[in-house]
Amino acid sequence: MQKNPVLVIGYGNPSRGDDAIGPSFLERLEALRFKDRDLDCFDTLTDFQLQVEHAMDMHGYEQVIFVDAAVNLDRPFRFEFLHAARDDSYSTHALNPAAVLAVYEQFYGIPSPESCLLSIRGERFDLGDDLSETAKASLDAALGFLAAHLMQSISPA
Amino acid sequence: MTDSLETAQNPERLRRVAIDPVTRVEGHGKVTLLIDEDNHVHQARLHIVEFRGFEKFIQGRPYWELPVVVQRLCGICPVSHHLAAAKATDQLVGVDQLTPTAEKIRRLMHLGQMLQSHALHFFHLSSPDLLFGYDDDVSHRNIVGVLADYPDIARQGILLRKYGQEVIRVTAGKRVHGTAAIPGGVNKHISREERDYLLGEIDRIIDWGAAAIGLAKRLFVEDIDHSRDFALIDTNMLGLIRDDGALDLYHGGLRARKPDGSMVFDHVDYRDYEQHIHEQVKPWSYMKFPYMTALGKEQGAYRVGPLARINNCEFIETPLAEAARADFRAFSDGGLMQSTLAYHWARMIELLYCAEGIKILLNDPDLLANDLVVKGEMQSTGIGVIEAPRGTLFHHYEIDDNGIVTRANLIVSTTNNNTAMNESIRRVANDLFDGRELTEAMLNSIEVAIRAYDPCLSCATHALGKMPLEVQLVAPDGSVRDRLYRHMDGVICQVD
Repeated sequence: MQKNPVLVIGYGNPSRGDDAIGPSFLERLEALRFKDRDLDCFDTLTDFQLQVEHAMDMHGYEQVIFVDAAVNLDRPFRFEFLHAARDDSYSTHALNPAAVLAVYEQFYGIPSPESCLLSIRGERFDLGDDLSETAKASLDAALGFLAAHLMQSISPA
Repeated sequence: MTDSLETAQNPERLRRVAIDPVTRVEGHGKVTLLIDEDNHVHQARLHIVEFRGFEKFIQGRPYWELPVVVQRLCGICPVSHHLAAAKATDQLVGVDQLTPTAEKIRRLMHLGQMLQSHALHFFHLSSPDLLFGYDDDVSHRNIVGVLADYPDIARQGILLRKYGQEVIRVTAGKRVHGTAAIPGGVNKHISREERDYLLGEIDRIIDWGAAAIGLAKRLFVEDIDHSRDFALIDTNMLGLIRDDGALDLYHGGLRARKPDGSMVFDHVDYRDYEQHIHEQVKPWSYMKFPYMTALGKEQGAYRVGPLARINNCEFIETPLAEAARADFRAFSDGGLMQSTLAYHWARMIELLYCAEGIKILLNDPDLLANDLVVKGEMQSTGIGVIEAPRGTLFHHYEIDDNGIVTRANLIVSTTNNNTAMNESIRRVANDLFDGRELTEAMLNSIEVAIRAYDPCLSCATHALGKMPLEVQLVAPDGSVRDRLYRHMDGVICQVD
């Protein structure tokens, strides 16, 4: 049920090492909100991976932020604005975020909400692995960044 | 014929074509073809290049965690693992029969899972190939292309999937990581408001399910010769069957038929599965190759999933799906329907069965009752089997006196289809590739054959940057002659 203007979608498998970065990020973000109610401007959604139905979950939000693990990042995290793009990826039962936006625009016939991708560096993804130290450090850095971004987005201009 | 392509006689003299990973089936799968100077195919294999370690992940955990933790084995069909594990843990706590309410809530959850999974596969993964053709431009041959060219079809697919997920959310408590099924029953009842919410949409869902069968049949019949022969293999068929021969996706005995329709075994208690099914290991793949012991390694491989289930059952208890089943079987001339592309048609028959079955369960007064859990005497072994979207799924656990898992054995649906998928790609390689120059459409034909089975190979690792497609041509001396790389955005480039 939508309550806030921003939707944060953190996705990944919690039991596959650094694939848990998306869901773990949401847990940390929720904990941060519990401590700082001024940050109460977002809803959260988690899933194993992105699919077409997430286009419907985005409907009604002003901004959507996707949070996912990324390999081969040269920094702890990367934040980028997204544009709708057809899914030419080879991601099988999963879509990439830009493809979800494309599905949204085709489905609703309107531009998708402003959307961003927060990629966080991970390095190991085997079943049963815990988060790596690299991922934990990257998560902390990304969390600080996004909290500031959210505070900025709810502050009066 | 196709078996001869499993292992080449002189592989060192052949060039290698690798499709790595296979697109729109799960990652961690790779197809290799060994081809001589005249483009004759000598070997075709589907490799699984990741050791998944399910059993290691499970061993050492307390049994009561199993229905929850096994969902993390696979982000594609977590509900199937949830329910198979719950059925196994029912036995561990000494429960043979759930309360009517608990069983119906689990069945409802399962039908929701099947419906959303089948909708995703047909409308989003397969329909681009079937509607646009295997040689359509890759930038168009995807779900967004279907939305642009066939908006009604694509919208129905999205809404069917969404509905199935709402059924899961209501029955499991959450859309993902649900906890409802527990040893001996369920821990969540369904309210009248939740029931009415799902009932409000169900007639439209049934209508769309019926339309989906019409589309699947039309796509099969339009080019009937191609549909019948593409990746065609003659195999045994295995699955669960209800006592009276009806299609049942949640519970039943094991039935296996030979290609001529005769029985290998029937109504076998699935707790005895190890007497009837063994798994063969081959050095070139991490995925095992199951076979029926009664027929041996060479003849005992089988197919599971929608094609096997619709072939195996004698009837479907819901009227619209039963009419569709009879129509489907009429195309098989009295034997089993063996066409690999018929998986899509069979899958849509099951989708309609799920929609009709959901309506029946939603109108059942047992669903709203509160008698949810049964208790019994602890046992040391529990075996749960269920018909998952991709086929028969086995969960087998043994626990010690403290309730800790000491042994786990899982045979997942895709493993059951391993031999059949390999045979299908050999058939395609034999029919389409032999002696011809390779084209992208030919490579995609391999993937179309695999995709018909809706395999799940990676169990949900998807991190950014892990899903490119690379094709290598390797010269007889082992040197890489040519290398094409297809990026996440679909751009193909030559790699120096």
